[in-house]
Amino acid sequence: MTNEELKIKLTELQPAATFEEGGEWVTINVEVADWLAFAGQLRQEEALFFDYLFCLTCVDWKTHLTMVYHLSSTKYRHNMVVKIKLDRNKPEVETVSHIWRTAEFHEREVYEMFGVNFLNHPDLRLLILPDGWEGKNPLRKDFDDPVNMIKL
Amino acid sequence: MDKETTLLNESQAPFAGSGEVPYDRYGDTSAGIALGDGDFQINFGPQHPATHGVLHLVITLNGETIKKVEPHLGYIHRSIEKMCESLTYRQFIYVTSRMDYLSAHINNHACALAVEKGLQVEVPARAQVIRVLMDELTRIASHELWWGAMAMDLGAFTPFFHAFRERESINDIMEETCGARLTMNYMVPGGVMHDLHPNFQKRVKEFLQLYKRKIHEYDELVTGNVIFQNRMKGVGYLSAEDAIAYGVSGPSARGSGVSSDIRKLYPYEIYDKLEFDEVLETAGDSFARYMVRINEMHQSIRIIEQLIDNIPEGDFQAKTKNVLKLPKGDFYTRVETARGELGLYIVSEGGNTPYRIKFRSPGFSNLSVLDHMARGSKIGDLVAMMGTLDLVIPDIDR
Repeated sequence: MTNEELKIKLTELQPAATFEEGGEWVTINVEVADWLAFAGQLRQEEALFFDYLFCLTCVDWKTHLTMVYHLSSTKYRHNMVVKIKLDRNKPEVETVSHIWRTAEFHEREVYEMFGVNFLNHPDLRLLILPDGWEGKNPLRKDFDDPVNMIKL
Repeated sequence: MDKETTLLNESQAPFAGSGEVPYDRYGDTSAGIALGDGDFQINFGPQHPATHGVLHLVITLNGETIKKVEPHLGYIHRSIEKMCESLTYRQFIYVTSRMDYLSAHINNHACALAVEKGLQVEVPARAQVIRVLMDELTRIASHELWWGAMAMDLGAFTPFFHAFRERESINDIMEETCGARLTMNYMVPGGVMHDLHPNFQKRVKEFLQLYKRKIHEYDELVTGNVIFQNRMKGVGYLSAEDAIAYGVSGPSARGSGVSSDIRKLYPYEIYDKLEFDEVLETAGDSFARYMVRINEMHQSIRIIEQLIDNIPEGDFQAKTKNVLKLPKGDFYTRVETARGELGLYIVSEGGNTPYRIKFRSPGFSNLSVLDHMARGSKIGDLVAMMGTLDLVIPDIDR
């Protein structure tokens, strides 16, 4: 599907969602409450068939957090980006690890680095950071570690 | 394969339906298996030669049968993503050589491509050819090391020396042109840092001759060996659906028949003008992944042969401003490293440093499948699985 066709199809599924202009791939902004159902549709709809989640990450915008999901279809070779705005003080979003299994590890990484709580995640623990790091999220912009961080 | 292995390895439905609690297929969740009668846990690593670095696996075993493999990461985590936020677009490339150190050129390449995409810089033809040549030499060197180290993990020490003999001549070529043997930092936004060494063409041709004389030794030593094949065939089965669901890429995915070569699917530089095949195997076991890498070396040789006599004259670097500033927005580039798909996601606010950088490293996703792959197998086979996934720990931890 071309980007235009993809946009029309996605608007049918998510009439309230907005698209970001520019960029090589279709970028859609989705409400956090709609994400789980929408993710299921992206994976299951025969015409979309987004079966490959190749990047899952988060961006700290100081006022809010944004989850970014990069999706690809191995059948049709089209790509898209989903962005979800989260409340910075209480970031919560449904897990998609049962839809794309690779999300399990990536969500654990985002959990420890940004403090995003993934609801219904099967194994939400620290993955990279050592025990006792809960609550301090290194990739947030206001993280400060006067001992171990060297300012350039 | 015994019955239990078949049961655990049969393809799982990639989509379990929304809202359900995932993973409850065998009466357990990924979170933790209650230790039953006769179950015990052992630590594999972080200081274990077969993990090729500092990977820590906690393995739950019943007798010799693996019930669960739980990776603990972070022993070589340097927070490269955070460091990059305070480095300029010229500086951050040097950090990335330290991620997947065996594919240093290709990591640099991804960064250079991302910055060029943002600035819309046209790279001179000479630089493009040099970059592809370096990428493919790196790929051969990386697969050589993988081949030697994997055979060593399985108990054969000699192949390691054979692999390093050839890898050494690639390193010498690199050293002459780039000044370094491991962390090259040769590619910069707009091209390459300096021109090729005058000896480059001659030495690459010498290497090709040497390589063709020696490559049959690899098959004689290892590929055709009965003991080796018995340890690889049917071990660590990964279905195509699972490979996609777990985000496995590169030779590991192509061993399961998943077409995933970024050079073919989303060509960058001059890969769309070159003749080479995407190597695919369909068996999905360790031996298939092994054969993919062996054949990929031949394809890389093919690419180098097409280019080595056709390096165009001209500039090796496009003219760029001293201070690079990417326009506001998101930029994503993907390249094919020796291990799989490396993605680089840059969020720019318009300044001279990135606002946020995410490296989608191939090793991280490839490691996530290890637990699924290993369940039900014997512990002795775990090394074969890890070997054929080709894990590089700094690439996983970043």
